[in-house]
Amino acid sequence: MGEDQSLRRLALVGNPNCGKTTLFNALTGLRQKVGNYPGVTVEKKEGRFAVGATEAVVIDLPGVYSLSARSLDERITRDVVLGRQAGTDPPEAILAIADASNLERNLYLVTQVLELGRPVWLALNMMDVADAKGLTLDLERLSQALGVPVLPIVASKGAGLAALRRQLAAPLPPAPIRRWRLPQVIETEVAALAQRLRASRWADGAAAEGEAIRLLLNDAAEDDPPQPPDIQIAIKTARERLEALGIEWWAAEAEGRYGWIQTICQSVIRQPEQFQRTTSDRIDAVVTHRLWGPLLFAGLMLFIFQSIFAWAQAPMDAIGWIIDQLSAATRRALPSGALSDLMADGVLAGAGAVIAFLPQILILTFFIALLEDTGYMARAAFIMDRLMRRVGLSGKSFIPLLSSFACAIPGITATRTIENAKDRLVTILIAPLMSCSARLPVYALMIGAFFPPNQRLWGFLSTAGAMLFAMYALGIVAAIAVGWLFKKTLIRGASPPLIMELPPYRVPSPRAVLLTMLSAGGQFLYRAGTIILAISIVLWFLATYPRQVALSRDYAAERSAIAETVQRGQATEDAAAAQLRTLERLEKAERREKSFIGQAGKLIEPLIAPLGFNWKIGVGVISAFAAREVFVGTLAIIYGVGDDEEASGGRALQAALQADRYPNGQPVFSPLVAVSVMVFFVLAMQCMSTLAVVRRETNGWRWPAAMLAYMTVLAYVGSLLVYQGGRWLGFGN
Amino acid sequence: MTLDALEIGATGRVERVRGDRAIVQRLQEMGLTTGVTVKAIRVAPLGDPLEVELRGYRLSLRKDEAAAVEISAL
Repeated sequence: MGEDQSLRRLALVGNPNCGKTTLFNALTGLRQKVGNYPGVTVEKKEGRFAVGATEAVVIDLPGVYSLSARSLDERITRDVVLGRQAGTDPPEAILAIADASNLERNLYLVTQVLELGRPVWLALNMMDVADAKGLTLDLERLSQALGVPVLPIVASKGAGLAALRRQLAAPLPPAPIRRWRLPQVIETEVAALAQRLRASRWADGAAAEGEAIRLLLNDAAEDDPPQPPDIQIAIKTARERLEALGIEWWAAEAEGRYGWIQTICQSVIRQPEQFQRTTSDRIDAVVTHRLWGPLLFAGLMLFIFQSIFAWAQAPMDAIGWIIDQLSAATRRALPSGALSDLMADGVLAGAGAVIAFLPQILILTFFIALLEDTGYMARAAFIMDRLMRRVGLSGKSFIPLLSSFACAIPGITATRTIENAKDRLVTILIAPLMSCSARLPVYALMIGAFFPPNQRLWGFLSTAGAMLFAMYALGIVAAIAVGWLFKKTLIRGASPPLIMELPPYRVPSPRAVLLTMLSAGGQFLYRAGTIILAISIVLWFLATYPRQVALSRDYAAERSAIAETVQRGQATEDAAAAQLRTLERLEKAERREKSFIGQAGKLIEPLIAPLGFNWKIGVGVISAFAAREVFVGTLAIIYGVGDDEEASGGRALQAALQADRYPNGQPVFSPLVAVSVMVFFVLAMQCMSTLAVVRRETNGWRWPAAMLAYMTVLAYVGSLLVYQGGRWLGFGN
Repeated sequence: MTLDALEIGATGRVERVRGDRAIVQRLQEMGLTTGVTVKAIRVAPLGDPLEVELRGYRLSLRKDEAAAVEISAL
C-alpha cells in the first residue's frame, strides 16, 4: 500500500450479485492480497493488474445496495472511497460495476457513487444476460445521461476486458456532477449543510453535496467518528424545518434518485412487451415449492454429506500411503533415536493424520461454493426465514450459518450484512455451533472406525452418511435453540425485517468455484503446517518424556529371555519376533501412560469418565481446544500410530482405536463412545481463531468468553446425556 | 390496499410506504418508491416471506413489511 505513488488506485464498487468479484478476479488473476480492515472482519481485498505500460491497484469493496451506511459493509465502502478508512490510501477514481440485466436498481448505488467527487467509470456487466432477456441498451445515451464513460463487459467470459483496461489506462475522466434535483426546499437545506461541511472540513469540496444529502436525509446514518456537534444540530434543525412544512424528508432521497433513474432507463433501455418465463422461474417453481422445496433442501444436504465420504476415500488412502512411505523413509534415513522418533511419531503421525482429511475439506468447500455461486443460498434463506423468525432471527442470519459449515470465520464475516446489531451478535454467537470443516476429521475418524461403510439404514442410506448428517443436524438444532434462548434473555429484541434480493440462478463459474476450493485447501494446509505441526511436536514431547520412569515389568530382561529361547531352539524365529513386537507395544503403551501427558490425562479422567472418555480421549479433547483437527493428530501420537508398520495411514489409527482395551478387557471405544465424542465436538468451542475473530468483532473479551463458557457447558452436558442415556437404553458400554 | 394482500400473479402500483423510518428507507432503496409497479410472484413454502418483482428484479420481504406498503391495484 502506498509503496508506489505512480500506480493508479481504483476502488471497485457495485451491488451484490452483479459480478463484482468475477470482474476483480478476471482483472487481477491470482495477484490478490487479502486482509482485514482494522477493527472489523470486513475483508480487504486488493489486487494488481496491468493498465497500458504501468500497473493499477484495485480495491475490491463489499457488495452493497446503497452508501447510506446503515450496515457495516456500507460504512466501510463509503469510508474507503472517501479516504476515511485508516490504513487505506484513498482511491483516485472509482470503477463502478452494474448488472446490465438489472440496470434500474443497480443504478441507484451508481447515482450515489457519482456524487463522491471522484472520476468514475461504469462497467456494465452481464451484457449477455441482458441480451438473452431481450433488452437493448443505448450505451452512448447512458454515458451522456450519467456523465461518465460506460463500458460493456461480460466478466465471466472475459469479453470487453481489453477495452476496459485501455480505458483505465487513459487519462482520468473529469469527476461527474449531480444531475438530479430534490424538491426546492430540500435543495436549499442541502446547500446550506454542504456549505457547513466544507467549512468544517468534514467533506472536501466536490463530495460535500453528496455527503450533505446522505447526512440530512438518512435516518440511521451512524458515523464513525460521529460528526461535530454543530453539524448534528444543523441536521436536526433542518429536519425540523422540513417536517414543519409537512415534508417526509426520509423518503426524499430514494424518490429523487429513482425518479431520475426511471427517466434515464426509459430513454436507454428497450425491452420486449412481455417477458417470457425465464429458466430461473422454472427452477424456482420447484426449489421454493411448498413440498418439493424443503424436501430438496434436506435431500441436497444429505447428498453432500454422503459424497464427502464416498468420494474422499481413495484420495485419503493415497495421502495416508504417502505419509507412511515418508515415515518409513525417515526411519531409514535417520539413526534411530529421539530425532527419528520425533519426525515419525510426532511430525508425520500428528500433522500427517490431519492432512489426510484435505480431500474431504475440498469436497465440502466445493459444494458450498457451488450453492453460493448458483444463487441457491438466497433461496435457502427464503425457505428458512419463517423458522428463523420463530427464533427471533431472520432468513438473512441463515446464510452466515450455512457458510459456517465450511468455517465459522467466514460465517462470522458474513454477518456484517445484518443491519441490526443485536441480531448480528446472536448470529455470531451461534455460528460456531454449525459443524465446520475442522470437525469433519473428527467425525470421519469416529464414524469410519465404528460405523462400517457397508452397513445400510432402510436399505439405501449408509449408516455412516446418516450418522454424519445427524451430527450436522444436531449443530443446527443446538444453534436454533441457543439463539432462541439468547433472544429471550440476554439479547432481547424484535425480529428483524427481511428485505433480500433473490438473484436469478446462474451457471456457476468453474474458475470461481476452483478459486474458493484452492483458498480453503490452502488455509487448511497452512494451519496443518503451523499450529497443528507445533502442537504435534509439543504433544510428542509430552507423550515421550520423562524417559526414566518406574515400569511395571523389566522389559529389557524379558527381551533377552525371548532371545535366549530362540538360541536354545525352544521357539521359532517367527514366534519370537511376534512376541517381541507385542512386548514393544506394551512397553510403549506403558511409557505413554506414565509420560507427562499420561499423568495429566489420568488427572482429569474422573471428570470425563461420565462422558465415556478415557484419559487418551481426554488429552485429545483438551489439545483440540487449540484447533479441532488436532484431536486426530493427538490420538495418532498417543496411540503411537507412526511406528505401526502393519496397517497404513488413517486405517492404522482406526484399527488402534478399535483394539484399545481397559485393564479389565472391556473395549475403550464403542459406537456409543464414538457418538459421545462427536457430540462433544459438535457443541464445544474449540477454535482459537474463532474466539479471536469474535473478540475483534465485538470489541472485547466479554462475548468470546461467554461463547467459550456456554459452549463448553453445552458440550459436557450434551455428551453426558448421550453417554449415560445411551447406557441406560442399553447401547453398549 | 397493501402489498401483502396482492394476489399471486397480480400487479399493483406503490402509493406510499409507511412505518419505521429505517425500514422505509431500506425498502425504498431497494426500489419500492411511489409509482413503481410491483408484481406478486410467490409465497415461501412456510407461508412467509413473499417474493415480488419490481424494476426487473426479484425481492423477498415479509408480510409484515409488505403490509406497510400501500398500493393501488392495476
